[in-house]
Amino acid sequence: MLIPYLLIFFIFVLYPVCYGLWLARHPDSYVRLVEDPIFVRTVMNTLVFLVVGINLKMVVALLLSGFFVQKRWWINALSLLFILPWALPSIPTILSVRFMLNPEWGVINTQIFQLTGMDGPNWLNDPALALSFAMLMHIWKSLPFWTLILVAARLSIPAEQYEAASVDGATQWQKFRFITWPSMKTVYLTSTILSMIWTLGDFNSVYLLTGGGPADMTHVLATLGIRYLRLDQIDLAMASIVIAMPFVLPLVFFMMKRLSK
Amino acid sequence: MNKKKITLKGVATEAKLLLIGIPLLIWTLIPVYHLFLFSISTKDSATSGHLWPVHPTLQNFEFVLLQKHFYLNYFWIQMWNSVLIAVSVGFLTLVISTFAAFAISRLKVRGGRTVLNLALFTYFIPAAFLAVPMYKTMSQYGLLDNQWALILAMITIASPYSIWVLKQASDKLPLELDEAAKMDGATPLQLFRLVYLPLMVPSLVAVGTYSLLLAWNEYLYAFLLLSKENTFTVGVALGNFLSADDSPWELLMTTGLIYALPPAAIYYTFKRYMVSGLTAGAVKS
Repeated sequence: MLIPYLLIFFIFVLYPVCYGLWLARHPDSYVRLVEDPIFVRTVMNTLVFLVVGINLKMVVALLLSGFFVQKRWWINALSLLFILPWALPSIPTILSVRFMLNPEWGVINTQIFQLTGMDGPNWLNDPALALSFAMLMHIWKSLPFWTLILVAARLSIPAEQYEAASVDGATQWQKFRFITWPSMKTVYLTSTILSMIWTLGDFNSVYLLTGGGPADMTHVLATLGIRYLRLDQIDLAMASIVIAMPFVLPLVFFMMKRLSK
Repeated sequence: MNKKKITLKGVATEAKLLLIGIPLLIWTLIPVYHLFLFSISTKDSATSGHLWPVHPTLQNFEFVLLQKHFYLNYFWIQMWNSVLIAVSVGFLTLVISTFAAFAISRLKVRGGRTVLNLALFTYFIPAAFLAVPMYKTMSQYGLLDNQWALILAMITIASPYSIWVLKQASDKLPLELDEAAKMDGATPLQLFRLVYLPLMVPSLVAVGTYSLLLAWNEYLYAFLLLSKENTFTVGVALGNFLSADDSPWELLMTTGLIYALPPAAIYYTFKRYMVSGLTAGAVKS
């Protein structure tokens, strides 16, 4: 009964991975990759995406999990809507944002013009702004999922602990510091690491919003690999992935160890 | 008696909660509202910054549904492709991962642990990284532009997490059940069909929905593996609009809204199963 899955694994995971590694065997590919100015920029962007984007997202998710455990009818209703970005396909919503940001006809700049009489900025034509919007897009899409995970973690903390703390006159901050955080720390860190690994594979937020532009300045590793693939430079595509492995594999093995305990 | 009183502190708390809730609602809905706004606006109205159209219209839906624009010539075929691919992925992932989870968790076959680790490893590989070698091997297998390529790729991506979730759920079923069934002379297959499957229904629904939505929503793999207008999905068609400067935005956004409705409906229908089934695996600490 394991055979169907093993077939899938060997044909569509193991063989492609080995073949890909074989394609990226020449040291020459790595030299060309590192000499490509786009690659250096891409690595920086990817780091910013992971360090700033993910941590911002996880801190917000942690705060929001405290909001969503409050018992109000309207918070329940809000949580139903809040999950939408995660359930909807990326492409329509990202295109929607892309149109909002269009410098001439987008709703943001037409509003700016109507209110102030001035032309708004060309949002996606500035690499720093464009990358920030790609990060916001990513946060918009995946914040609900991580909030949900952290809500589940919060709900598993026994209520008696809070009651006892209230009796002892603990402040809100003390309750968070000494009850909530210690019991959520592990889930929070695991989630952050998992989110980092997955975000490396987030192609849509960048590609559909900025297309890697302007002038290939907003690529991340996920879109760069596909860019090389489309340019038929498969060895560079694989090399750009292999070069990330010393960073990715320890995280992957850490996660596997945690989950299979 | 603990009577509920309206206190100053209580009001302040409610205000604070609203201060978080309202911006959160706006943040969540803006892209979706903008999509909707475009779909009921004429092109002129949508591109001149109205936050509500001067004359709301359903004309865009008529254009899309009757394929009245050359961008939309294949709309219904692409819709059907999306359905076919999503349903196939949902069903096949369910079959493959249920078999695997049953073998690992109940039959305790040798090497089960290893297979689970291989699956977990696949689960953690960033999707866009696997896409590059996958594209290359699909072309070796001669599957490019064949919908099976996308179906198989999505099964590859969906089954690891499905196996994991199902394995977790089936570990929770009492072992005595299996023993009792074996005492009565049940074969492993009967055990699977008569005892295991009925008890696993909630998790099966969760996993099936998860893989179906994953396949329906997928963009990257669909756009790499399928490139003919009559074989690819609605998602790829939307992406292709992007490359053109003269794209009819209002039609593009209407198509996008229609494409986004089925997953939302499916999600809300099976939400109960999704949330408990899918967070269970991730929160394990």
